[in-house]
Amino acid sequence: MTEPAETADVVIVGAGPAGLAAARELRALGVGRVLVLDRERAAGGIPRHCDHPPFGLREFNRLMRGPAYARRLATAAEAAGAEIRTGATVAALRPGPLVEISTDAGLSTVAARAVLLATGVREKTRAARLIGGTKPGGVLSTGALQGLVHLDRLRPFRRPVVLGTELVAFSALLTCRHLGIRPVAMIEPGPRPTARWPAGLFPRLVGVPILLRTELVAIEGDERVTGVVVRDAGGGTRRIETDGVVVSGQFLPEASLVRTSHLALDPGSGGPAIDQYGRCSDPAFFAAGNLLRPVETAGWSWNEGRLVARSIARALAADLPSPAPGLAVVRMGDALKFALPQRLVGTPAADAPHRAFQLRVTRPAAGRLRLLLDGAEVWSEAVDLLPERRISVPLSAVPEGARGTLAFDLVETAR
Amino acid sequence: MADARTSGDRFDAAVIGAGVVGCAIARRLALEGARVAVLEKAPDILDGASKGNSGILHTGFDAPPGSLEAACIADGYREYLEIHEKLNLPLIRSGALVIAWTEEEEAALPALMEQARANGVDDVDLLSAEETRRLEPAIAPTLKASFRVPREYLVDPWSAPHAYLLQALANGARLLRDCEVTGGAFDGDGWRLETSRGAVAARVVVNAAGLFGDVVDERLVGRREFEIRPRKGQFVVFDKTAAALAGHILLPVPSKTTKGIVVCRTAWGNLLVGPTAEEQEDRRRADLVPETLAALRRRGEAILPALAGHEITAAYAGLRPATERKDYRIRAHEGLNYVTVGGIRSTGLSAALGIARHVQGLAAAFGLSGAPPAAPAWPQVPAIAEDGPRDWQAAGNGGIVCHCERVTRREVEAALEGPLAAQSLAGLKRRTRVTMGRCQGFYCSAELAAITRGRLARPMAEEVHD
Repeated sequence: MTEPAETADVVIVGAGPAGLAAARELRALGVGRVLVLDRERAAGGIPRHCDHPPFGLREFNRLMRGPAYARRLATAAEAAGAEIRTGATVAALRPGPLVEISTDAGLSTVAARAVLLATGVREKTRAARLIGGTKPGGVLSTGALQGLVHLDRLRPFRRPVVLGTELVAFSALLTCRHLGIRPVAMIEPGPRPTARWPAGLFPRLVGVPILLRTELVAIEGDERVTGVVVRDAGGGTRRIETDGVVVSGQFLPEASLVRTSHLALDPGSGGPAIDQYGRCSDPAFFAAGNLLRPVETAGWSWNEGRLVARSIARALAADLPSPAPGLAVVRMGDALKFALPQRLVGTPAADAPHRAFQLRVTRPAAGRLRLLLDGAEVWSEAVDLLPERRISVPLSAVPEGARGTLAFDLVETAR
Repeated sequence: MADARTSGDRFDAAVIGAGVVGCAIARRLALEGARVAVLEKAPDILDGASKGNSGILHTGFDAPPGSLEAACIADGYREYLEIHEKLNLPLIRSGALVIAWTEEEEAALPALMEQARANGVDDVDLLSAEETRRLEPAIAPTLKASFRVPREYLVDPWSAPHAYLLQALANGARLLRDCEVTGGAFDGDGWRLETSRGAVAARVVVNAAGLFGDVVDERLVGRREFEIRPRKGQFVVFDKTAAALAGHILLPVPSKTTKGIVVCRTAWGNLLVGPTAEEQEDRRRADLVPETLAALRRRGEAILPALAGHEITAAYAGLRPATERKDYRIRAHEGLNYVTVGGIRSTGLSAALGIARHVQGLAAAFGLSGAPPAAPAWPQVPAIAEDGPRDWQAAGNGGIVCHCERVTRREVEAALEGPLAAQSLAGLKRRTRVTMGRCQGFYCSAELAAITRGRLARPMAEEVHD
């Protein structure tokens, strides 16, 4: 690593909703030099290419489209005195904290008093989903599609299929409408659309059939996509004529930096392990936004960034509870995908950014969700859960002065 | 691009096919002073068998002793080590372990080591399970034993052929793309080839058409002496963080038909598991099969249990130009000034430079003219492997475009220029690594489309004017 060429009080990695909200809040709280780094050519994160509402209700009390919302977030951070540097890729995180950056000028290092990681999420790729067939052009994530359409006005296909029915899949439908792209079908392996009503109603409104209980088996085509093969619940396969595939959703935290650093990673969430103050295993590093978990809305991430910024300001003033000893939070069984924060310190307090555990399930599951302290139940609730939907358990479920290991488990009953 | 017909006079040699073998042959002939034309039917080079392989520089320890294949691998290996620095090609000195997982396989190790020594690879040594685990702590403890082949190395399967062809071009060769050979005639002194881009005249023709080698033979010499039987190989690639799990190339005990499933790092810092060996009819298309990819993942996890926590970032399938026999099918056709280079199955990357020397000898017998250039040009290819500094670490790189693989704007721009300029996203990927990483284009597609706008024969997307 190069010698630190500059210093900042707080370096924020990622200029999306979480990072920009934190930057503004830190400056408002009187923190000196706040440097926001983003590897893209413009600040704003994923909303930059979500050219549709609803954004900004919670943050700015108005209904906005993604690009306007992204600009507003960046403007607010800069107006508060934060410095935003785009085209700056963070190459490595080191104890110190030190942040190694690659820009047009090559490598350099910034030394900070605290670092906030807010690198967001990406969609699970065709390769990671083990989809078969050939590898023609025209197979894109929603993010790639939206970048092409909204940032550069390019049309990668005309009649694609959309794989997945999370909220982002409906965002993809809206994007398609911009350039007269007419999706021929949405394909969903599950028995119902993943996104809540009314999003599930939307494709019917625009005339796109949703094929439920259907798997995308193979992609066909040499240079460009010419069709896909799908398999329905009965096991029968058929071919759909199409010229593109949007592989949407199944978000994963963009945690490569964490994986190659000294920071602890939660294999369940795919993001860094944190305490209720948003602190990572090295307490000079914090994390917020969708890097913590797949996946929440921009507004949720914005709020998380803002609240964690308050933790950081307190940490700089030596006003946060000591990170040790902590209370580990674990999961039991295969139904629970993750539970965060992964560690509690001190007494769960109203002033912490995380006042509730966030959980997700790996599959539809019903039964009794329990929180155990060293094996003894301290909280439980009857639940009926679906994947990709938010589950909250208040931190106040943990008894005061608790010591030991906290474990979530789900005693399942038939759904 | 100039039309073939505008070249007017006759080439000394026409090489059909710009895979790794054709590129290496073109280089060798050009370095010996021949005027060479390389005829490639696809819009870019490496479009057939050479686009998918495991990226290993083999010593040839398990080749049939005394075979032409063994000789070409040994020669090719030696020359790669001599020239890689001058061409700026990577060499990752990983070594390989041949691992026995059963008692039967363990019993087969001594004979394999004997074969290695017979092939001149005399530095192999037998390791106990414990010694193996000391070298490779992440390997499953169920292994029985292994032997180490210290000089099996990792190379970049794309940069190497690019470098060979680039050097051929820098020394006077010409590349004709979108140039399919449809027929031709020999007049006793030279060939007149009919191509999709017009007639091409050459004294000697070298058929390095890979998966279409038998088809080209039939079109030009009127008979097939072998039949291509495409053998598909599927691979899965794990993310960078998995690469630390294997220092050596982890090879299985080979069977009679295949080298088996390999687990190894790549020159780009990933970890791959593959290939399968599946006979098929179609020589144009290599389908990925979900069940097979899942089985490859399980095989990888059986060898390296810690792989279970790692993400698959890419999957690919390639076709090997196997024939009905195991050995290379290289032959000079006397009285026809014609050399067939066929059946280069899975050792083509390792053997290419050796094959090129062998073929140059055969072609010279047909009376190639010209003297080797006094001071041959040695162009360098951009460094895209992980064994040395990369452009993103240097000043003036234009910023990173592909974040997963850390490919800079300057690298992308360079790949769109020059005699070997990329013409498609696939070609750009093989020159720079763009979109090869964990996000598969989620973040960089829009910027790539913007940079390549109007500069690719096969654009990424349709421009919308309104």
